[in-house]
Amino acid sequence: MKYLTEFRNGEIAQRIAREIHQVATRPWKIMEVCGGQTHSIIKNGIDQMLPAGIEMIHGPGCPVCVTPLELIDKALAIAAQPGVIFCSFGDMLRVPGTECDLFQVKSAGGDVRVVYSPLDAVELAVKNPDRQVVFFGVGFETTAPANAMSVHIAKRRGIKNFSLLVSHVLVPPAIVAIMGSPGNLVQGFLLAGHVCSVMGYWEYPPIAEKYKIPLVVTGFEPLDLLDGIRRAVIQLEAGKYEVENAYERIVTFDGNQGAQKLLAEVFEVTDRAWRGIGVIPKSGWRLSADYREFDAEERFHITGIHTQESPLCRSGDVLRGTIKPAHCSAFGEECTPRHPLGATMVSSEGACAAYYNYGRFISAEELAGAGAGLSAAVKG
Amino acid sequence: MTEASRAVPDFSNWSCPLPLVGYPSIVMGHGGGGKLGNELVEHLFLPAFRNPALENLGDAAVLDLPAGKLAMSTDSFVVRPLFFPGGSIGELAVNGTVNDLAVSGAEPKYLSASFILEEGFPLAQLAAIVEAMAAAAKTAGIQIVTGDTKVVERGHGDGCYINTAGIGALRPGIQVGPHRAQAGDAILVSGTIGDHGMAIMSVREGLEFESQITSDCAALNGIIADVLAAAGNSIHAMRDPTRGGLASTLNEIALASSVGIEIDEASMPVRTQVQSACELLGLDPVYVANEGKAVFFVAPEAAEQVLAVLRAHPLGREAARIGQVTAQHPRMLVARTAMGANRVIPIQIGEQLPRIC
Repeated sequence: MKYLTEFRNGEIAQRIAREIHQVATRPWKIMEVCGGQTHSIIKNGIDQMLPAGIEMIHGPGCPVCVTPLELIDKALAIAAQPGVIFCSFGDMLRVPGTECDLFQVKSAGGDVRVVYSPLDAVELAVKNPDRQVVFFGVGFETTAPANAMSVHIAKRRGIKNFSLLVSHVLVPPAIVAIMGSPGNLVQGFLLAGHVCSVMGYWEYPPIAEKYKIPLVVTGFEPLDLLDGIRRAVIQLEAGKYEVENAYERIVTFDGNQGAQKLLAEVFEVTDRAWRGIGVIPKSGWRLSADYREFDAEERFHITGIHTQESPLCRSGDVLRGTIKPAHCSAFGEECTPRHPLGATMVSSEGACAAYYNYGRFISAEELAGAGAGLSAAVKG
Repeated sequence: MTEASRAVPDFSNWSCPLPLVGYPSIVMGHGGGGKLGNELVEHLFLPAFRNPALENLGDAAVLDLPAGKLAMSTDSFVVRPLFFPGGSIGELAVNGTVNDLAVSGAEPKYLSASFILEEGFPLAQLAAIVEAMAAAAKTAGIQIVTGDTKVVERGHGDGCYINTAGIGALRPGIQVGPHRAQAGDAILVSGTIGDHGMAIMSVREGLEFESQITSDCAALNGIIADVLAAAGNSIHAMRDPTRGGLASTLNEIALASSVGIEIDEASMPVRTQVQSACELLGLDPVYVANEGKAVFFVAPEAAEQVLAVLRAHPLGREAARIGQVTAQHPRMLVARTAMGANRVIPIQIGEQLPRIC
């Protein structure tokens, strides 16, 4: 597959980075919305390639991170029930609830399974008619079509033992909330390419216009990210505030209209609590009235959950971009990927975990100095 | 005879008046030490593994070993599924222990093999596993000299678990160990990384995806013998990066030797198919298991020679020099990314988990 090499070409990356250095005359703060982009920036060291004044702020775009603790506690309670097969994407398994995580539920006898698609969970329901199969459907607009399809198929085929524990969140209201928050520092956004592959970017021009900020639809490979940053900086330097598409090989203005039609049928807009941020009006989707019978929250009526967040955890400040992970006093001390206090440390896409995993607990100079003698010695 | 028992390849010269014909699968009696258990030994294990030490069928094998130090290692195998592209639990059980001995600088000689079988496990599958073990032992040039079989009730095991333990003769004069890596050492890997883990992943229930990825499962004692013969004194540490992948092995050596390790991501050999599958599943090949690869920490002046020896061996054609040991950032593994930036590769906590999107 060419994308594995073409969009990771070190020489081209250096060329784009040089261009950013030439264009940037002032400091700018740019937020990448999506956790996948945060992961890629840190993994590839893209932030190390930027001029000192260009700061990437890691936004609230990790679905695992922003899923409210209460919903995770509900998931744990449902997964522990006898007769339930609880299906989830892999990275939700280690997210700690107030008392335990899905791994612990599994080791205590709960039937917890990692699946790659909610449609696999529907098939499990067909194969296990005497069991209740629940899929934990969290995520942004990206994962929503497959979740929508799962209940759509379940309804069409009359599958009664499948349900969705669903908490979808939406990017545009989050950007509006960030821009409207007091003390906001963000001056431009890299829009999440995969979200836009579904939704297009027709929702964004009014936001760019209202807040006078450039918004650049951006992909996930190193060259995609550098190009997105380059375009955002060029706009900022020129005083422009347009919606620009730097991910044309995937994203169109209108997006995937078939998916959007299905989403409109299966889901309805609702207020959503974002972990660490709070309730953002009209920022999520829940199952619409026609599909409410597939809502696991309705089906299982979980009560008696006592949710408690760690008082030390500042993941909310991290998600809003007001502090870097290492500025939290618990970072790397009480809070590590092994003992995460908050979800930003749990998911590999979470900003705290990305910083921890890729060694951002040592100084930038130390990291930059490491491996100095490497390139000469190594041969393929 | 039932259809199922006819399919068992190792029962062709069955002679017992009360053979397993009624039992195409494992029953509790196969682990009971009585007639059924003896039949497994007589008709399956013994013909497959045949050697003088085993044939005595005593309570312990009596072995000839050269004078000098011995190395001993043990490992249990619980892989699922039992059969996967490129191998089975049988090859793994032999090669895994052979490789642990080989990377310790020993010449592997003898193995034990213990089976924990689940009631109902098809004998045809057991026979296939035993055949695979026998073939792997032959390839590795070792003998399986003692063993045991236990049966657990249905639902108490995944069909078949195997434990092997092995003894090898330590080569005189060879001093390797995870604590012996030195600043300046070149780091060589004997071939592509991540093949075994992704081969398993491709057939694991619920995650199946189409691919031509096969496990790299292989005995490394041959290629390691070549390396040690050519440059034994220049090899400071060797390891086979199995569970936890290359990243875990390099981190372990960085910790044990209290040195820093630098690797160049672009120089790491990864098959395109493995890289693609990893991308798809949100995994990093440096953490994915290998079962037929070795990492060598080599004095820099011997690095090119060792690389040439590796590449001359059938198992080492894609060997590469991927990095070096440094006195900087002790106990830390740092990778130079393709972008020219650096990142720390930490020890993985638990299993790698596929990401949501």
